[in-house]
Amino acid sequence: MNSTIISQKKENQTSFFIKEKSKQYALKAASYFVLILTSLAVLVPFLWMLSASIKLDNDVFEFPVRWIPENPRWENYKEIWEILPFSIFYKNTAILAVTITVLSLITSSLAAYAFSKIKFPGRNAIFICYIGTIAVPFQVYMIPQFIMMRKLNLTDTLLSLILLQSFSAFGVFLFRQFFISIPEELSESARMDGLSEFGIYLRIILPLAKPAIATLTIFQFVFVWNNFLEPLVYLTSTDKKTLQLGIRMFMTQYTADYALIMAATVVSLIPVVILFFSMQRFFIEGIATTGIKG
Amino acid sequence: MDYSLNTSQNFIKRTKKSNRRKLWLGLLFTSPVLLGYTIFVLIPLIVTTVLSFTNFSIGAKNTNFIGFENYINMFNGQDVYFWPSVKATLLYVFGSVPANIVFSFLIAVLLNANIKGRAIFRGIFYLPVVIPLASGCSIWLWMFQPDFGIVNQLLKAVGLPGGTWLSSDTTVILSFIIVSMWICGNTIVIFLAGLQEIPSHLYEAIDVDGGNAFHKLLYITIPMASPIIFFNTVMGVINAFQAFVQTAVLTPGYSQMMMGQPNNSGLLYVPYIYTKAFRFSQMGAASASAIILLIAIAIFTVIFFKMQNSLVYYEGDAKKK
Repeated sequence: MNSTIISQKKENQTSFFIKEKSKQYALKAASYFVLILTSLAVLVPFLWMLSASIKLDNDVFEFPVRWIPENPRWENYKEIWEILPFSIFYKNTAILAVTITVLSLITSSLAAYAFSKIKFPGRNAIFICYIGTIAVPFQVYMIPQFIMMRKLNLTDTLLSLILLQSFSAFGVFLFRQFFISIPEELSESARMDGLSEFGIYLRIILPLAKPAIATLTIFQFVFVWNNFLEPLVYLTSTDKKTLQLGIRMFMTQYTADYALIMAATVVSLIPVVILFFSMQRFFIEGIATTGIKG
Repeated sequence: MDYSLNTSQNFIKRTKKSNRRKLWLGLLFTSPVLLGYTIFVLIPLIVTTVLSFTNFSIGAKNTNFIGFENYINMFNGQDVYFWPSVKATLLYVFGSVPANIVFSFLIAVLLNANIKGRAIFRGIFYLPVVIPLASGCSIWLWMFQPDFGIVNQLLKAVGLPGGTWLSSDTTVILSFIIVSMWICGNTIVIFLAGLQEIPSHLYEAIDVDGGNAFHKLLYITIPMASPIIFFNTVMGVINAFQAFVQTAVLTPGYSQMMMGQPNNSGLLYVPYIYTKAFRFSQMGAASASAIILLIAIAIFTVIFFKMQNSLVYYEGDAKKK
């Protein structure tokens, strides 16, 4: 009798587990369903862009959508370089993105080193005032800034944007959060060994900060590459314009030719997409370890 | 005695010297960002405040102080674009931020479960962020075309009526909100990083008590993630107030001077400042509008931080108590 009770109990238990398991499977299936559906929805604009970029302009709005055109028109990708000075836009954007990213990495990490590792008087007050600028929108002070740049004869030069954007408050914040998590003993013992502050920064702290470097590189490069308002305000002549302004020129001057605009857009995306996917792993780690999540 | 006095004086001297050295070093390391900040942010910010009380305009011969006139003109409706842009901006902020937070949080929770191909999904959701917003918006511009756009085609394919999207003033902001949800990859990634740090023993406790996945979400995930939800909400509000590209690309208004047509329904606040300053060349009046934006963002940030104490659960605080 005892044994039957036990076996019954066991049966109940296994059926309970099976029930739980099937419940979990249903939940998991639902999760995949939602994720696949939403990620497809997110991808629709890309797929449409890719397919439109190799179509004849007349076929772009064909109904219903033909995702893979019968006769792909790869010439679109050649023509965009001939219609507008697209290579100049590309060069300008690359100069801005690379210079500003490199300068921001240097200025932000230097400042963050001082804010986290050198105990100088007034340090915290200066840091709080500086970080407060994150909340002040660029648009609030863009007018006097523009007037000042005009007085300095720097409007319509790439240098104006390099000067304005090579100081990232966000970057300082990011690096400081990261540097704080590096044990004090490391820099202290290096100081005992007679290494200068700059030496500690360069040889001890920076090599440990790869995730923070990757995170700021992606944020800053993508920001400059995609930036629209500042270039719109500062760069007016065609040979100074960036890709974003160039694509807008395509839109206003060749509004009819959707296929070409799409091809131009695809070409403009390539560097940022490569950058993101090559640094994705460090980037996620950087966000997780620097505690910018608050 | 003499000896100890001597050393303590020496010590004071030494620390003074080392303090001065540290100050010098600290300023040296921070000087690039502090100089840039002072010249390009702090001084222009002060100048904006001063300009907002003048009738300054590029090209005009003289500039006079006109007191609060710029501010009065905005609020009494003489500046016909002010109230429409305030309305559009508030609709956009209070529509897009909750939509983005709920959607991103849901996706992050799903990705945080034991999902295969998490990196691929994460990459897909992040992809729109690395796409230039101006390009992304130009794709959406065509996708939203009422007659032949893909959005209405897809809606019709599943038997739903198509929308008017950007061509009617009732649906312009809704279209902006949909675009903003498309680019919420940053929010998802930050949520995901935070969710991964919730200790698993808390979920095990719910298992022991016989709770289900919904209980876990309600009693563990949401309270533990509340600081990140707070962070993303504040950043979301600040960013939404500063939206510019949506208006400039989705509702460019080529024929008119003012973007954000029809009926100024898509005229967000920053495009309004931009047009006032750089198309109408009313720099003084535009500065006043900019100061209003700064005050609005400051007020919202203060309100959020006041609300934080009652809504956000901080593990550190609980430990102290």
